[in-house]
Amino acid sequence: MTDAALPQPGSPPVDETVRADRMRAGLRRRHGREIRFRLYGLLAIGVAVSFLLLLLGRIVEQGHTAFYAHTMTVPVYMDPARIDRAYPQGTNFELLAAEQQLARFGVVDDAAGSKATAMRGLFSSELKFIAADRIEAQPGLIGQTVPIAAPLSDDADLYFKGEISLDTPAEQRRLSNEQIAWLDRMRAGGQVESHFNGALFTRGDSTEPELAGVLGAVIGSALMLLVTAVIAIPLGVGAALYLEEFAPRGRLTNLIEVNINNLAAVPSIIYGLLGLALFINWMHLPRASPLVGGLVLALMALPTIIIATRSSLKAVPPSIREAALAMGASKTQTVFQHTLPLAMPGVMTGAIISMAHALGETAPLLLIGMVSFVPGVPHGLTEPTGALPSLVYIWENASERAFHERTAAAILVLLAFMVVMNAAAVVLRRRFERRW
Amino acid sequence: MTWLLPPLLIAMAVAAYIGGRRLARRRQQGVRAHSRPGQHGAYAMIWSLVPALAVLIGAAVLVPSLGAGAAAAGAALAGVLGALFAFSRIRPELRARNRVEGWIVGLLFACSAIAVLTTVGIIASLVFDSMRFFASVPIAEFLFGTQWSPQTAIRADQVGSSGAFGALPLFAGTFLIMLIAMAVAAPVGLFAAIYLSEYAGPVFRSTVKPVLEILAGVPTVVYGFFAALTVGPAFREFFNGIGAQLAGGPLDGLGQYLMLVQNQMALVAGGVMGIMLIPFVSSLSDDIINAVPQSLRDGSYAMGATKSETVTRVLLPAALPGVAGAMLLAMSRAIGETMIVTMAAGLAARLTLNPLDTVTTVTVQIVTLLTGDQEFDSPKTLAAFGLGLTLFLITLALNIIAQRIVHTYRQQYD
Repeated sequence: MTDAALPQPGSPPVDETVRADRMRAGLRRRHGREIRFRLYGLLAIGVAVSFLLLLLGRIVEQGHTAFYAHTMTVPVYMDPARIDRAYPQGTNFELLAAEQQLARFGVVDDAAGSKATAMRGLFSSELKFIAADRIEAQPGLIGQTVPIAAPLSDDADLYFKGEISLDTPAEQRRLSNEQIAWLDRMRAGGQVESHFNGALFTRGDSTEPELAGVLGAVIGSALMLLVTAVIAIPLGVGAALYLEEFAPRGRLTNLIEVNINNLAAVPSIIYGLLGLALFINWMHLPRASPLVGGLVLALMALPTIIIATRSSLKAVPPSIREAALAMGASKTQTVFQHTLPLAMPGVMTGAIISMAHALGETAPLLLIGMVSFVPGVPHGLTEPTGALPSLVYIWENASERAFHERTAAAILVLLAFMVVMNAAAVVLRRRFERRW
Repeated sequence: MTWLLPPLLIAMAVAAYIGGRRLARRRQQGVRAHSRPGQHGAYAMIWSLVPALAVLIGAAVLVPSLGAGAAAAGAALAGVLGALFAFSRIRPELRARNRVEGWIVGLLFACSAIAVLTTVGIIASLVFDSMRFFASVPIAEFLFGTQWSPQTAIRADQVGSSGAFGALPLFAGTFLIMLIAMAVAAPVGLFAAIYLSEYAGPVFRSTVKPVLEILAGVPTVVYGFFAALTVGPAFREFFNGIGAQLAGGPLDGLGQYLMLVQNQMALVAGGVMGIMLIPFVSSLSDDIINAVPQSLRDGSYAMGATKSETVTRVLLPAALPGVAGAMLLAMSRAIGETMIVTMAAGLAARLTLNPLDTVTTVTVQIVTLLTGDQEFDSPKTLAAFGLGLTLFLITLALNIIAQRIVHTYRQQYD
């Protein structure tokens, strides 16, 4: 018997059942805390996952309407009095079509022609080019009535998509009640039809939303990634090979390693400043060109590729190297004929993932001039172009409401490319990864 | 003309390789040679390529007036001469392999030196242009001035033509948004990591981890779009609604203020940035928690501790330095993040810590200063490089400290 087991003098004796109750209560409290703690963890994951769903859901919700568009078919009497046979492009076909449409509706225009102007605002300016091309191809059509199918203007398109209605306050829409009534009559007359918005994928950027597409930006991004891949992958793999296989342990190697780790964490906008100062102001390479964009992205992607390559080189067991060396291969032969081929799946996976990251990078592109409007589709490495992420930025800043849905659509295109690249990386990893 | 150069060089290299290999094969017949014919071929190739490239680069740097045609002709001549010289040296006892391998290692070293050159380039370009900026604006005024209005007027008599470059409001704005982002990312990311590493089963883990990776892979411009067009308006409506309730009551002042809150409040950019950082924080913390030895957990369980007690009293204290390092890395990310703030935060430089006010950040100002019409020598555009240098130094310091901490932490349990 020790003193500890004896009831302390002065303190009341504790009943056994009371103590057990207290312990049970304590245990309950502790288990309650455990459950709450667990819930916090689940809640945190729930927040992250639901946010991802919200983000993607919102973008699909905003962007899906951009994938279809409305076309209007107007019969146009090709008035010989107003079309110059030698130069059909000079004719104001939009006004011609608008006036004839008004006449069909039985609307009498005022002297200033304001109703015709209002009607004309419902067509895309593309109508003019479509009609002129028809006349140029078949001059015999002059004097006949030709049905011309042309995109609707962005506002009219939004009306048919239900984004604008008569209930929208007048200051928030650019369509008058009269124009909306006309649109309804045209739809009732079977002139309007909805179809897949091919222009979104076959056209470059444009100031008019209904004619704006992502093709120019997709090609710009592709050219840029090509430059990035050609520069960053060989350089990155070479650097990783040196550091992992050849470098003597020493101060210089250490310096390079610390350097690479820090470069991987430098904010991307700093690379933009570097690109602006080095490639544009000092080397005088053309602004906003895929060449400069690709160079900047290559510098950015380099550390990531080096780190990924090194870790997959590390994963190749030393026994492979030792076996090759024992057979009389030189160090270089060992590396290039045994280690590198075995590490290749990992290297390619890392390279693809870093290319996908480079594809989505925006900030450095803004600084090297890819914020300006570039119409059409780029033709070379040294011409100014847009890129997908910078197109998203440009369209998001545009004032026309129709650009909002197109911004979301451009994001979907960008995400689709990234999904494809990442899926390729996953497949590569699954198929070729070897566990030693 | 220039596009002809690469095919020309490649053709020359291939010719030198094939010629060298053939020559070596013929001269090695019946003799025990030091190197394989292919290595002799590579030797000849190096001897033709290196002089050709040297001539090209030399011509471009030293005599830029020389036409591309003349330079190409000189390069071709140098290449042919080099190859002929190499051919003359090919014999069985030539140590072609060692020579070639020496060049290969040199080339690989050059690749890794690019990384150092990039750093040098960053520092040089930032420092050079910042020096020109600080020649017109004193450093002290830049760092501690409270007035930021970089719009220098074209004519001297215009209002506000002086242009003020006190960056303190920008630092405050950056700090505020970073703080909000960390307030979201730190607890959520840490709890997600704890749950994934301590509680989740393998199936749950293997489904949630890819989802977090997707969240990490979404480009920041997409977050910016989401912040500007979805979160911003939603928050504004929410606060305006509360304001409308409060206005006229005892909290009238607050109500009036809330009714005027704008889309571009710091809370929106900071909150969305926090969400962006969740996967970053959680994957770093996950690694760090997993690095704590199992024996510590086992010891704690053996003493009767519950899982949460083990996490809060054993694992987190043991992992604290590592987690702190992860948080520092996340902070450096938040400070350098550009697109979300460019699209969702404001442009008004204001010295405030109120999350409902619009603030601006260093990165937003860099983008704004450099994306307008720019004449390159005005202090307005050079100010962007001053801001860039500050940003670089701050993030560099955070990264170095964080990597140090994580490194020593890792060694502790190795």
